[in-house]
Amino acid sequence: MSTFYFLFQQTMFFSIPLLVVALGGMFSERSGVVNIALEGIMIMGAFSGIFFINACQTNFALNGQILLIAALCVSALTGMVFSLLHAYAAINMNADQVISGTALNMFAPAFAIYVARMIQTVQQIQFKNEFRFDFIPFLGKIPVIGPMFFQNTYLTTFLGLIILGISIVVLNKTRFGLRLRACGEHPQAADSVGIKVRWMRYAGVMISGALAGIGGLIFVIPTSTNFNATVAGYGFLALAVLIFGQWNPKRIFFAALLFGVMKTLAAAYTGIPFLSNLPIPSYFYKMTPYIATLIVLAFTSKNSQSPKAAGQPYDQAGR
Amino acid sequence: MMPKWIGKSNLLSEKNIVSLTSSISAILVGLLFGLVILLISNPSQAFAGFKTILFGGFTGGFKGVGQVLYFATPIIMTGLSVGFAFKTGLFNIGASGQFIVGAYAAVLVGVRLTSLPPSIHWIVALLAAAAAGGLWALLPGILKAYANVNEVIATIMMNYIGMYSVNYLVTRTVYDQLRNQSISTVAVLPKWGLTTLFPRSSVNGGFFIAVFMVIVVHILINKTTFGYELKACGFNREASRYAGINAKRNIVLSMVIAGALAGIGAGLLFLAGSGKHIEVVDILAVEGFNGIPVALLGMSSPIGILFAGLFIAYVTQGGFYLQLSNFVPEVIDIIIAAIIYFSAFALIFKNIMSKLIKGRKEQKQ
Repeated sequence: MSTFYFLFQQTMFFSIPLLVVALGGMFSERSGVVNIALEGIMIMGAFSGIFFINACQTNFALNGQILLIAALCVSALTGMVFSLLHAYAAINMNADQVISGTALNMFAPAFAIYVARMIQTVQQIQFKNEFRFDFIPFLGKIPVIGPMFFQNTYLTTFLGLIILGISIVVLNKTRFGLRLRACGEHPQAADSVGIKVRWMRYAGVMISGALAGIGGLIFVIPTSTNFNATVAGYGFLALAVLIFGQWNPKRIFFAALLFGVMKTLAAAYTGIPFLSNLPIPSYFYKMTPYIATLIVLAFTSKNSQSPKAAGQPYDQAGR
Repeated sequence: MMPKWIGKSNLLSEKNIVSLTSSISAILVGLLFGLVILLISNPSQAFAGFKTILFGGFTGGFKGVGQVLYFATPIIMTGLSVGFAFKTGLFNIGASGQFIVGAYAAVLVGVRLTSLPPSIHWIVALLAAAAAGGLWALLPGILKAYANVNEVIATIMMNYIGMYSVNYLVTRTVYDQLRNQSISTVAVLPKWGLTTLFPRSSVNGGFFIAVFMVIVVHILINKTTFGYELKACGFNREASRYAGINAKRNIVLSMVIAGALAGIGAGLLFLAGSGKHIEVVDILAVEGFNGIPVALLGMSSPIGILFAGLFIAYVTQGGFYLQLSNFVPEVIDIIIAAIIYFSAFALIFKNIMSKLIKGRKEQKQ
């Protein structure tokens, strides 16, 4: 049973960042802007957040959960500002969204390495992980649920689940969500009833920037002790989760969970007696998340629910 | 009256001139942006550093130029791979996976098939690389054509699957345990006189093969019915199907050709005899990703990609020398990113340019 709890906790470390970033991508794409720059935005978010934590820890400015919350705000803000570059190119300049997204993806790691090495000569930014809850009082004692959610966990796990809840409500139950979806499905129709398509698309991209920025930070904190200008392709994986989840928050959640489980098995299979006894090379376990995604996509892509106007610059003359 | 062949060749057409000027202005703006970064981070050295970037590959004399050609070779090929797919309406972000699989095939043949005479050995190894790269792109192509799977996601997945497969296969077949990399290949590309021209550099005949492939792809896209069909599918899949073109088959073929081009790029790098080996690490091959900016900057045209590849290799070479004036070479990547970003504005820029040209023509009349 303890193995199960351990695996569940690990799964959360992999799934929650994917969930948050994919939800970000969802807001952008449902407003009609394809955001392939999620990877770059994650890097910028993680970079600024970890840099902030590093600075606070060396100067003894903040600590504990307050420091984590402050760093999350820094990451969200950085991601949002950085995503404005993509928004401007896509919305104002009618640019090819794949090109500007690629530019952002190239820029982010180069910028993170450049700044880190200019300031502290080495490219890795160290941080002390003081954010883990080993055991949350009272809640951690609840049988089954306690060890699953309230032991060896982070504030960010709950934050991710809260963001999921808010996303479901915002997208499906609010005026803003309805308008956002309208802009991604049929911007001309939305415009004709007085919705400001450009504003809505800016909002979509900026939400994706903030969430991807947060996602970058919450990916790095549980899985590493330093930031080395990379988020290991998680931005692209989030894109896969988004498509796999058919641009729908609940399905994105399950997609992220599935991917997290496979990623955990790949990372921790040696700790599972049944799997480690099989004569299968470790590389095969590392591949399974990607192979499984391909197989699932092959069966689910025929009836794609992708937003109809995603990727197309809005042309007012097309009304 | 102009000779007929000038009228027919579209290299100097209005459209190409507009593309060229917009690419060049993106480069200028990107370089200026780089200068600003240098000025902010270290004002006293900034202009010296900027000069180093501008002189790029020439800083090292003939050796430097040779290195530029050497580094340009694989990214021209991966640029061709991405650009060719772009032309046919597909975004091949999987050049990285196709590249590493091609590299493995080239190394395997280069190490094992020693019974072949040296003059044929490298050709077989290169063909193996092309076949492996093409094979790796076959699955995303089939998935795209027959199951509507987004090729961006499929090729990203294939990147990781390719990386882990190759790492596994290298450790099982051609492993140098001491250095955690593949062992050296016996097959080596011919130099074709380039090392006498650029002494002490790693340049080799691979560069000529890359240029040859540029010409082949140029002819394929612009001068053949097959290329026309591929492009038509890229513009409008439904319309081309209506016109009797087998769109599904064309999608698969485009992906396979794109993959083969990336595979050849890997072959040219790993058969160069320059001490390059497949390292067994869990990192995707950068040459594949570097093909994306090359293709974008070259506006997906093969000739454009040739020059874009040379340009990016040139400034990257400048980045190495930049470390002498206490700068971090990543500033080059920042500049390239800025150039790509501004080249995304090409649409607006093109409209302005076309209006200008049109206006001038109307004035003349």
